[in-house]
Amino acid sequence: MNNNTVAIDVVELTKRYGSIAQGVLAVDGASFQVRRGEIFGYLGPNGAGKTTTIRMLTGLARPTAGRANVLGLDIAHHMPQIKKRIGVVPEASNLYGELTAFDNLVFSMQLYGVPRRERARRADDLLARFRLTDKRDVLFARLSRGMKRALTVAAALAHRPEVVFLDEPTTGLDVASAHNLRQVISELRAQGVTLFLTTHYLEEAERLCDRIGLIVQGRIVALDTVDGLKARLQGGTAVELTVDDKGGRIEIQRVVGEDVAGAVRTALARVEAEGKHVLAINTVRPTLQDAVVQLTGMSVDVMRADGGRGK
Amino acid sequence: MLTDDLRGIWAILLKDLRAYYFKPPNISWGILFPFAFVLAFVIRDGAALDLGGLGRMMPGLLALTLLFSTTSMEAIVITFERRIGALERLLLAPLRLPALLVGKLLGGMVFGLATTAVVLIAMLAVFGLTGVRWWLLLMTLILAAGAFSALGVLISVAVKEVFEAQTLANMFRFPMMFLGGVFVPITSLPRWLRGVARMLPLTYAVEALNVAISGGELLRALLDLLVLAVFAAACFAFGVRVLSRRVA
Repeated sequence: MNNNTVAIDVVELTKRYGSIAQGVLAVDGASFQVRRGEIFGYLGPNGAGKTTTIRMLTGLARPTAGRANVLGLDIAHHMPQIKKRIGVVPEASNLYGELTAFDNLVFSMQLYGVPRRERARRADDLLARFRLTDKRDVLFARLSRGMKRALTVAAALAHRPEVVFLDEPTTGLDVASAHNLRQVISELRAQGVTLFLTTHYLEEAERLCDRIGLIVQGRIVALDTVDGLKARLQGGTAVELTVDDKGGRIEIQRVVGEDVAGAVRTALARVEAEGKHVLAINTVRPTLQDAVVQLTGMSVDVMRADGGRGK
Repeated sequence: MLTDDLRGIWAILLKDLRAYYFKPPNISWGILFPFAFVLAFVIRDGAALDLGGLGRMMPGLLALTLLFSTTSMEAIVITFERRIGALERLLLAPLRLPALLVGKLLGGMVFGLATTAVVLIAMLAVFGLTGVRWWLLLMTLILAAGAFSALGVLISVAVKEVFEAQTLANMFRFPMMFLGGVFVPITSLPRWLRGVARMLPLTYAVEALNVAISGGELLRALLDLLVLAVFAAACFAFGVRVLSRRVA
């Protein structure tokens, strides 16, 4: 990739909190590139270093070692210039509760130097795009969770950034709000905006992202397209078993194998060992989820675990 | 870059005044506070406290109004925004950290000066002052507002919780109220307390306001202004340093 096609270039980026002896190595020599105009999914379990990486790339944390360029500008020396050209949607919806939806957008534009004559029109356009027109004059504090999230994304787009960092944008949203947000993300990509996305939802990443970076315990363990990651799976077949734990609880188990027969044998052996009863067996195409589980050695539940925020 | 900073300062100032400062509870608190003190003294001293006696308290009451109105929100607003994550929005914006804090500092100053102006107008109506050095009065109020607001900024960035900010602010404000020469002249304090009083910015504000309103040694008042300016600069610089470390 040459410099004109690279939006984010990260080389051996490291962040340590605290001392070498007792501190935490939140990001451990991460290296990757994000192309202009692509959606880059940055996936990993809680505490893997996703948010810390975003914080370093957006000027909220200083790297302990390594370097990174955003839009060709070094984060160590040109952060004010970088900030003008990026938008950030943090994990928490953090607009001002005492201002209305409209005023929050206008304030965002004021900070980024959007000309006064354009502010009102742009704010109204964004409110319409996020289906918040009827909430224009409602205080941010009085909006629902989904509306707050949507407005937080809208505020990050108000100055028309070239790169947008989205940290868990759909976490906690209802189905309709999440769908609408995914649609906006796809539209931004179509407009040539580069998107750096972290998410717990592997199906979302599979559907939206052009390329994926997998980070576990601060280290990048895989970096590829969705298809590339799936192709790395040892075994090209997955079987899904619906099982009853004999206590009336139904669960789904997935096993990836070289072929259907092998996968079924492995799955049945596992279920029998657990003393569970098989209700149904289906063959399915391997998904990003299967690839991530195999590459990280972690269960999907761990990947999706909500709660603690990454540093 | 300077344009970005100035634009950011202006935006933060307007936003803070609108979102936090000019709300009815704050305005009433800032204005009622000095009147409550006057009332307390009238009740305590009864007939012995004539109009002239109250007039002599004017510099102290003005300084006290300025101190409490400036720091009422200033000392908690940054802590509050950090708590809800909103401060991060400002840290992500294209302006430098000192500019961000100047925006915050000005919010406290503007609110403090506006509230003090209301109290000053009320006092003028009652006491009808003559021979006031207006330029000195104005300079003192501006520099004192800067010093108090910078103290509020420092308190606000130094703690993590809003209640901690309020407690810490009171630890500074209440000693100042009693030792700063508002109710008791500093000269009548024990020697060691006079030393403490000389470390408090309110002392210098009251002293300079006394010279501006009642007359006195001008050079002394100018030195007071210098001390207020140095105090403001030191608190602000320390505040920038503390927040900068927290961001790292």
